[in-house]
Amino acid sequence: MFFAAILAILVTMSLALTRALLGPTVYDRVLAVNSFGTKTVLLIALLGFLTDRPDFLDIGLVYALINFIGTIAVLKLLKYGNLGTAVRELERNP
Amino acid sequence: MLRAISLGLVLFGIWLLISGIYTPLLISLGAVSCLAVVGIAHRMDVVDHEGHPIHLGWRALTYWMWLTVEIVKANIDVARRILDPKLPIDPAVVTVKASQDSELGHVIFANSITLTPGTVSMRVAENTILVHAIATDMAEDVQSGAMDRRVTAMEGTVQTHLKDAS
Amino acid sequence: MQILLDTLSWLLLIGGSAFAVIGAVGLIRFPDVYSRMHAAGMTDTLGAGLILAGLMVQGGFTLVTVKLALILVFLLYTSPTSTYALANAAYSRGLQPLLGKRDTGAPPPSAPETEPS
Repeated sequence: MFFAAILAILVTMSLALTRALLGPTVYDRVLAVNSFGTKTVLLIALLGFLTDRPDFLDIGLVYALINFIGTIAVLKLLKYGNLGTAVRELERNP
Repeated sequence: MLRAISLGLVLFGIWLLISGIYTPLLISLGAVSCLAVVGIAHRMDVVDHEGHPIHLGWRALTYWMWLTVEIVKANIDVARRILDPKLPIDPAVVTVKASQDSELGHVIFANSITLTPGTVSMRVAENTILVHAIATDMAEDVQSGAMDRRVTAMEGTVQTHLKDAS
Repeated sequence: MQILLDTLSWLLLIGGSAFAVIGAVGLIRFPDVYSRMHAAGMTDTLGAGLILAGLMVQGGFTLVTVKLALILVFLLYTSPTSTYALANAAYSRGLQPLLGKRDTGAPPPSAPETEPS
């Protein structure tokens, strides 16, 4: 039964990837890739149960955090065009 | 100081739960890294009521339960709209009043709005939140202020509680 | 008892999968970024929540369940934050949301530079 859920997640991921390829704006792509990353976490967890290796959950945990930080970093770059400075200072003198 | 200790305890608890291997060496390594993280957090000056909001306590839990019900209801509504061949959406941008005192309250309110499918907060200003809704009736739902009152109730009583303590 | 738990876990997994796929369909069908965010938010909340709950039922009272709960908590705290960052970035850059027929007379999305710090 984990297999059915994995299949559904794979369908979801391919649809998200389609949206990432279609665009049209860069924000659509970021949204789709972020959604893709969340589904990856679920896929890792389900795979861990399917193959009976609960260690996979640790990878999923780390992936969830990296996915979030990656999305925030891309958005910061898009909004401010700068990754090296704190947002607080960028808003004071843009 | 009390907050730093409680942060350290929470971190150590999470370490114990995630590690799952209880040998003296690994437990002491965990304790050392928890201490290092608390030290860094203290240096960054983020161990305050925003970085580690333990004072919300049980009230946060009852709020989460209420929010879960709302999320399920909104999910079913949005799913119906997606599956309808006519795609009955009617997007609207509205301003919602946020009556919380602290920035933490604003953040909780804005994130609750975003977490509920059908509404996404776009900008948090002084006391208002700009909300994009997938349908006009959902926008009116947020504007009616039921969620706003609940968030305020959750952190408002906390404010007086904090004043009593200090 | 075991059959009961398996059935419950089945139902949760199927429900979560259904919500995830419906959300992805919405990601394709909706007309602009802001409305697509609602669809993506759907897969992130109930889709992920139900699937992880279904796995938790399988895990029982073990450390595995605790890890699944931690993943769920992380997802529930980070997903609205990144959605807000996305909406805010798109809006600050002047991307206009498509509005419905019944315009509620909201502030026009021009002049986004009045943002207080």
